[in-house]
Amino acid sequence: MRRFAAIWFPHLVADRVLLRRPEWRGKAFALTTLVRGKKIVTVVDTIAAASGIMPGMTAADAKALVQQLELADDIPGSEQRLLEALARWCIRFTPIVSVDLPGGLLLDISGCAHLWNGEENYLRTICRQLNSKGYTARMAIADTIGAAWAMARFGDGISIVPPGSQLSALLPLPPGALRLETVLLERLHKLGLYSLRDFISMPRPALRRRFGESLLNRIDQALGTAQEWIEPVLPVPLYEERLPCLEPIVTATGIEIALQRLLDALCTRLQQEGKGLRCAVFNSYRVDGKIERIQIGTNHASTNREHLFRLFQLKIATIEPALGIELFTLQADKLEPAVPEQESFWIGKHGLQDKAVIELLDRIAGKLGADRIRRFLPAEHYWPERSIKAAVSLQERPATHWQEYRPRPIRLLTRPEPIEVTAPIPDYPPMLFRYQGKLHTIKKADGPERIEREWWLENGRHRDYYYVEDETGARFWLYRLGHYGTDQPQQWFLHGFFA
Amino acid sequence: MNQANPDLIRKLKREILSLQGYRTPVAEEPAVDLPLISQAFPNGIFPTGAIHEFICEGRNGMAASAGFISAVLAALMKDRGVAAWINPVRQLFPPALRRFGAIPEHFIFLDLPEEKDALWAMEEVLHCGGFAAVIGEIRQLDLTASRRLQLAAEKSGVTGFLLRQHTVALNTIASIARWRINSLPSVQEDDLPGVGFPRWQVELLRVRNGQPGAWTVQWLQDHFKTEVPETIALPESMHRKTG
Repeated sequence: MRRFAAIWFPHLVADRVLLRRPEWRGKAFALTTLVRGKKIVTVVDTIAAASGIMPGMTAADAKALVQQLELADDIPGSEQRLLEALARWCIRFTPIVSVDLPGGLLLDISGCAHLWNGEENYLRTICRQLNSKGYTARMAIADTIGAAWAMARFGDGISIVPPGSQLSALLPLPPGALRLETVLLERLHKLGLYSLRDFISMPRPALRRRFGESLLNRIDQALGTAQEWIEPVLPVPLYEERLPCLEPIVTATGIEIALQRLLDALCTRLQQEGKGLRCAVFNSYRVDGKIERIQIGTNHASTNREHLFRLFQLKIATIEPALGIELFTLQADKLEPAVPEQESFWIGKHGLQDKAVIELLDRIAGKLGADRIRRFLPAEHYWPERSIKAAVSLQERPATHWQEYRPRPIRLLTRPEPIEVTAPIPDYPPMLFRYQGKLHTIKKADGPERIEREWWLENGRHRDYYYVEDETGARFWLYRLGHYGTDQPQQWFLHGFFA
Repeated sequence: MNQANPDLIRKLKREILSLQGYRTPVAEEPAVDLPLISQAFPNGIFPTGAIHEFICEGRNGMAASAGFISAVLAALMKDRGVAAWINPVRQLFPPALRRFGAIPEHFIFLDLPEEKDALWAMEEVLHCGGFAAVIGEIRQLDLTASRRLQLAAEKSGVTGFLLRQHTVALNTIASIARWRINSLPSVQEDDLPGVGFPRWQVELLRVRNGQPGAWTVQWLQDHFKTEVPETIALPESMHRKTG
């Protein structure tokens, strides 16, 4: 069964101002913001509100009501930021906390309250801690988000709706407890429906016709017949293992032991669920509040403890323990289904599926960077530079055939190098060329092989390739850029070396 | 005693060979078909699970060595083996490997400009039994580093190839063989125009416990053709006549 808690801060921003400026305690104050050149009151404290100052007034009017009114600028977005910070703080009570603007927080406390000896105690603990921080808060626990929200705002400080009895708790509340739009609230008010009791049992078609789907939806959400979810401020890592330490840890050996324990726990869990790890983060929470993190990635879903440990081990030296580490967490960011293989069957099997190969590549990627490792597949392009593409994964198969019917050099220069050539026209192979100051006389040649530039990708001239051999037997791949006879000068390049 | 002697001597010889880095060949292993040249090695087979060192002269020498090695690798990588090619910057053009019978997608390229990283990676690959071979384009390495590589190769059975360029200071390293491969002018049958099959002068400068020598090798689409040259470098005119 799910239980939700709603926390409402009636004077959240005002409380914050008082924390910042304790000298304003007991005084009337208001926060203002500039709207079209006029200072408009946005936030008031209880004393100012008692004197009749309301949000929406101009600062001058407010000042006329209360002469000693203190004014300060309202920083836009500060409420949201404050609530987010409070939501993060609340994670110690439950992992699922969300911000509920305006002025509230929502907590999914299913399975958490018993750790504080019951819901009553749970709420009192939160309340006491918030009060000690200087925030007034009202809160409620109910089966549904809607009911908790309503009871936090319209209940008496701390209210707990027993499981299943949200309907009876909601009956005396005004329609505003249903989180409705102002238009709907006004319409309900005009019709004399001042509490939920007056209309909650009306026939649904009648309600839908008069007030639309949203009212019904809100009623269903409050009563629990419609589902509602909250979006946590911090996504809950599904696969996370935590290891708190009694004494802060400063040595590499200590970190390794912690890592090993966490890996054991995580891998056991992943194995049971038939999953394998592709990407994991190891966080070390330092005493001084900083978080040191190291990350690893694997080429293939893995639950092999030793292998994963070795990947992390390469990076443990980068962790700076400073005064000590008090908490380690290991979280799996990326998982893939892993079929538990018959290991003995695969041992000794060479190839890209070999576990030893995959694990070694992981290790190299971990130490030297994954971008250093490349495997190439054929691409459907004739242009030599584009005729190969890097494979995305080790498992990727070639989508097309390797081009074989034309000679290709075993070593291709990354950038073709210009050469000086003597060649008879129109398209005979060159007779001799000079490369890096050395003259090569061409004895044998094949070609030309014309490769057009792919006009849909780039502009430029085509290449006429020649496979040539000089007097010593050295074999080259040369090309001429473009046609003869144009006004541009002839350019010849050396592009590769044949075996 | 006298009858036992030949057996004993053969056994002892085998042991000495294994101490020197030659593995006793296993029947189902893919064998490299290098006619004539294999005879230069003890047992008459191309040794796998060891380090071969190639001295390359210039970029053409690199290309010639790469071609020769690719053809050897094609035999070693039969049955879906993978090879790692470690280089500072990749210059090998994978489509050309098809010409030598190797499967380009089974090559894993490691671009490691730092010599230290490259040596580390090469040793790791040699330790890992999953690879068929590893090729390292490493400029400088000392005897100790090469001994580590050789020991790793002996242990795992992975064959290592070291491509060494800039041979100004050519120090001795621990390898089972030192090769030098240079291109020779190709030969076309019946004086056809165009460039023929790749043809190299293959020299075994140093072989541990074997016979150094020099051969002329041609790669004919799917196999090597080896000849013992009459002279090391034939003048140009002679080639024309043989064609």
